[in-house]
Amino acid sequence: MPKRYLYLWFRYLATDRMAKNNPELRDKAFLLYAPERGRMVVRAASPALVKEGIVPGMVVADVRAILPDIEVFSSEPETEEKLLNSLAEWCLRFSPAVAPDPPDGLILDISGCPHLWGGEQAYIEAIASRIRQGGYHTQAAIADTIGAAWATVRYGHNPIVAPGKQAAALHSLPPVALRLDKPTLQRMHKLGFQQIKQLMSIPRSNLRRRFGDTLLFRLEQALGNEREFLKPIRPTPVYLERLPCLEPIRTAKGIEIALERLLEMLCQRFFREGKGMRTGILKGYRIDGETVQINIGTNRASRNAAHLFKLFELKISELEPALGIELFTLEATLVEDVSETQEALWSMGSNHETAIAELLDNIAGKVGAAAIHRYLPQPYHWPEHSVKEINSLEGQPETEWPVNRPRPLHLLPSPEPIEVMVVLPDYPPMHFRYRDNLIQVAKADGPERIEQEWWLQNGPPRDYYQVEDKDGARYWLFRLGIYGDAKPQWFIHGFFV
Amino acid sequence: MEAIVEKKEMIRQLKEKILTLEGFSTGKDSRQLDFGLGPINAAFPGGAFPMAAIHEFVSPTETCAAAANGFLANLLGTLMNKGRICLWVSVGRRLFPPALKFFGIEPHRVIFIDVKREKDALWVLEQALKCQSLAAVVAELRNISFAESRRLQLAVENSRTTGFLHRQLLHSENTLACVSRWKIRPLASRSEDGLPGVGFSCLEVELEKIRNGRPGVWQFECRDGSFRILPNRHPASLSDSSTKKEQNYA
Repeated sequence: MPKRYLYLWFRYLATDRMAKNNPELRDKAFLLYAPERGRMVVRAASPALVKEGIVPGMVVADVRAILPDIEVFSSEPETEEKLLNSLAEWCLRFSPAVAPDPPDGLILDISGCPHLWGGEQAYIEAIASRIRQGGYHTQAAIADTIGAAWATVRYGHNPIVAPGKQAAALHSLPPVALRLDKPTLQRMHKLGFQQIKQLMSIPRSNLRRRFGDTLLFRLEQALGNEREFLKPIRPTPVYLERLPCLEPIRTAKGIEIALERLLEMLCQRFFREGKGMRTGILKGYRIDGETVQINIGTNRASRNAAHLFKLFELKISELEPALGIELFTLEATLVEDVSETQEALWSMGSNHETAIAELLDNIAGKVGAAAIHRYLPQPYHWPEHSVKEINSLEGQPETEWPVNRPRPLHLLPSPEPIEVMVVLPDYPPMHFRYRDNLIQVAKADGPERIEQEWWLQNGPPRDYYQVEDKDGARYWLFRLGIYGDAKPQWFIHGFFV
Repeated sequence: MEAIVEKKEMIRQLKEKILTLEGFSTGKDSRQLDFGLGPINAAFPGGAFPMAAIHEFVSPTETCAAAANGFLANLLGTLMNKGRICLWVSVGRRLFPPALKFFGIEPHRVIFIDVKREKDALWVLEQALKCQSLAAVVAELRNISFAESRRLQLAVENSRTTGFLHRQLLHSENTLACVSRWKIRPLASRSEDGLPGVGFSCLEVELEKIRNGRPGVWQFECRDGSFRILPNRHPASLSDSSTKKEQNYA
């Protein structure tokens, strides 16, 4: 799903807060200051003052000289940060992922939200009007990337950047819209860069040499080629259930009962939220201050309490209760969505899939997940590279399994060297010795030459022969290298049906 | 005359009843699956390959093991035909997954469980046989006792999954509670018109033991992944085996 971000810019956050607390200050010209290098410097100016041309960064004495009857207050950066965080919490009603962007912005990941308000235009208006009612000046912009939304809200004209159009929207904006540091901006100004499109037309390597990596990184972020992550104000919910015990628990049966109760609580929550457990930890807090724990993992997100119980049950014997466990916690450390209409893997009924996934969970719990293998074809001729292992149960082959070349049903884990008797170079052997048995070759097919894949490894090619002895046993042999350069070696690699 | 017909019908019904009591599926499902085995079907109880059962394959050498797995893959191909999944449990697996495609199996539909200890393999096998959603379970292991094999047979009777036990490079054979014991040996390949090179692979399939059936020996030719019986050698080998049997019992 393509991402959409909304940036809320509280341009007068600090002064709006003052005006809200002291209604008589509303529409008045006042400023907030903070000491900097021994001088009092303007941190924030009220809208009325900004109209007069006062901007943050000026010295308070200068402002007083221009406008003698203004009120000044000292600024409180910590209160402003708190205010921003509480605004972010409040904005959770519009999107589940809200991140504060100090000092004066909020970033909302709104992917999949605006249609609930009837489109992005209605959405942006709804948010802005609600915030204005609350007494804050705000501006909002929507774009595909955080960088583009940041730039548009401050320097753009049209608040909504259509999906994929961020490059066009950035074209006419000044370089300061790229969130750059002051020295870079000054250098750009000196060199005459007025708009971002001038930067875009210059080769990347030149830009990097002159301005460093940061500029390119910011540009790529704004264009959406580089990922940028949100730090949401409210982290994704933690799935943790606690069960304190009246008496310390010391028996396996007691642990089982505790586990059943915890699983029941957790699974009910999973059903409400449409989630399922992938990995879980059961922790026991012992009365001697130690903690003991057992972990489980599932192949597919599961919220079947009976199944999860079975997985934990295998490991309950590993929990050492000692003098007794007084508190149990069950945490789902990895949670995934379980959708009712999950696409059918292997085109079977979903009951079958669940049964098999649960069986594999059981097996993984007993012998380890590393024992379970599934294979997909890989477009390589080299036999060892022609399959790739996959961990998931969902993976489907991208290419057909090849059947154009004979391949043995049994393949040795690694080719084993054999001694051969060959009449002529490029001929299959007359007989060969494999594990102290002399095998007379009666019929042979080949060679099938397989070259090394040079992008993976170097070395001589293999010439494969399919040979049959007089009893009908069929082998797959190969000669590594060609007669002439050095003495090539022969190997046995597999057995045919 | 009528009395004889009635008696015969009665005996047939009783036979079927005995089979069901012994845990054989004589229902419709097993009859519908055609394994393409031709005359071998006559050797099975009720004329159909016993599906809810464990079959034992014994391979004394590595080349026999490859041949047995080839025959097994052919059976699996039929069992897995409706996009079903098969589990392949083994200790020291040699099977090369892409080669299964030659036998009509999509190799990604086979889930391989590679364990280090035979004890684990047995545990996995028993768990898997209890799962009704699997088409079949193959286990490649060496040592298994009679009591353990009985547990497997009980698991299979409930779930009606087909199980294959492939025992390779055995030191000593022991009797198991399996429905059948197969021995498969490779034969010299045959090519049409005496063309040089390796021709179509041929196998000798010996059904050494089958509960309520008739053991026998057949010869098969494998062409493009499907097995065809070689008719001309069939009667001779059957009589051959029956004499051998008699010798064994004598």
